[in-house]
Amino acid sequence: MVVLRTPRMGRRRFTRERSTAAFTTLVTWLIAIVMFFPVLWMVLTSFKREGDAYTDPPKFIFRPTLTEYHQVFSGGAGPPFEHSIFVSLVSVALVLLLGIPAAYALSIRAIERWRDVLFFFLTTKMLPYVAAIVPIYIIALHTGLLDNDWALVILYTGFNLPLAVWMIRSFLLEIPKEMLEAARIDGANIFVEITRVILPIAMPGVAATALICVIFTWNEFFFAYFLTATKGPTVPVFMVSFLQSEGEYWARLSAAAAVACLPVILAGWIAQKQLVRGLSLGALK
Amino acid sequence: MSFAARRRAGPRRPVPEAGSRRAAWLRRMPLLPALIYMIVVTQAPFVVTLWYSLRSWNTLTPGSNKFVWFDEYKLVFSDPTFRAAVLNTVKITASSVILSMLLGTTLAVLVNRKFVGRGIVRTMLITPFLVMPVATALLFKTTIYDPIFGLLDWVLSPFGVHQVNWVGTHSVAAVVAVLVWEWTPFMMLIVLAGLQSESLEALEAARVDGASTVQTFVWITLPYLRRYIELGMLLGSIYLLQAFGEIFILTQGGGGDGTATTNLPYYIYELAFNSFNVSEAAAAGVIVVIATEIVATITLRLLSGLFAAAEAMG
Repeated sequence: MVVLRTPRMGRRRFTRERSTAAFTTLVTWLIAIVMFFPVLWMVLTSFKREGDAYTDPPKFIFRPTLTEYHQVFSGGAGPPFEHSIFVSLVSVALVLLLGIPAAYALSIRAIERWRDVLFFFLTTKMLPYVAAIVPIYIIALHTGLLDNDWALVILYTGFNLPLAVWMIRSFLLEIPKEMLEAARIDGANIFVEITRVILPIAMPGVAATALICVIFTWNEFFFAYFLTATKGPTVPVFMVSFLQSEGEYWARLSAAAAVACLPVILAGWIAQKQLVRGLSLGALK
Repeated sequence: MSFAARRRAGPRRPVPEAGSRRAAWLRRMPLLPALIYMIVVTQAPFVVTLWYSLRSWNTLTPGSNKFVWFDEYKLVFSDPTFRAAVLNTVKITASSVILSMLLGTTLAVLVNRKFVGRGIVRTMLITPFLVMPVATALLFKTTIYDPIFGLLDWVLSPFGVHQVNWVGTHSVAAVVAVLVWEWTPFMMLIVLAGLQSESLEALEAARVDGASTVQTFVWITLPYLRRYIELGMLLGSIYLLQAFGEIFILTQGGGGDGTATTNLPYYIYELAFNSFNVSEAAAAGVIVVIATEIVATITLRLLSGLFAAAEAMG
């Protein structure tokens, strides 16, 4: 906000503006704390004993314990994490492998009709995937990909590729033309141009794209649930197993949720400057 | 204005070269793997969906897999649950999108000033979007919505609200509240991007002309933000139309007269995986695709408008 201070402005007006500003700041902080509270509560509850998690009124002061975190890992969280890590890393690697050259062909040395291709990618992002679950399930069943990490790798690559192409393209467009021309005069071919000239400059953008793809991959539940439920659950599917739990389990649920969310929350915090760009497919910065 | 696409570095028109078919293909080469991949992975399942939708396949009924043209569509349209699901989808999507946009815009305005701890506040505010939606739904269902030990009960008990079965009796509100919590950061970030690209001169001019902060916001900032608000709402709609995990966990599509939170994704899930009615689910799927395409077309127009504007700005 621009505050213009004229000499005529009296001391009273000045104090009033300052107190308004302080009040606004206070309100902002309060709303932020309320919005953040469920996350904070998850963390607090995860350090409780089950007995401390079920109290009316809720307990804010208690003796913290790591019991539930131990329980989560001894209670079968290991394999889901391995599945999720494998699926996320492989699919994001595939996305970059396919997406970077595609973004190049849609920006730096653009093909004819690049606009049509770009919008084709976008429309695929808008297809309601629930409509495709039946054939995908049947195809997976017949190709032996049911309960197989690769089924998810293939699908998640398809989800994230349009986003990655749009986003990386928006970063490539920012590379100064002169640098590319210099490389071309030096006789660099496409491969050298991409690996030696473009990637070093666009690396922060590519990294942000990868982080945003990880967020979506890690959190995906719909396909994971139907395609891997019995043998190879990913973390979200593992989380849902708490739905069937009987008895007191809030502290353990919170510990599991905290561990499950941590990688993505960190990724999001690191990439937060680029988050809006990813979410708007590169349209906004 | 700080749009990502700029003409200065914008895509250059391909220079036509005589007899350069080879050159054109070389140009296309880097694109082809991604393009073919997307066509196979996204279009093929929909072709299969279309095929199933014209048959009458119920996996529980042997010999039911026959070609019946549009009979399954007629079944879907005559199903009262389908009609309820359409209404529920509109209700849940519209209220989540509108509420998260209102809250997101408010937060964006509040965060778009210099104050102590701005970075921390911003970080706190984007976190709900990052939390795994399945975990969010589970945590809300237990630690927040629980009628006895839940936080909501504790917060509201001074007001005489006690032991309310939130998920059971206010199921739509319970689902919408979770969706709004998840999507407010998304809306905030989009509007914030708009606010930060607004020209300071216009705001200064308004101030010099004696406009109050509120007047400036209503008459200058809001009209300027329109594009961003539309973009956020449309992108949000496309994602929220597909809400499934939250409903699956919180209400299992129930509430009200029994199906108050059954939206279209949940309806299709029930048809396919509880009734084993593959063809009817496929037909419902095709209908949802068509409906979504309508929303998507509007979004595309808007996006291309944004990009055109960005390029024209140069």
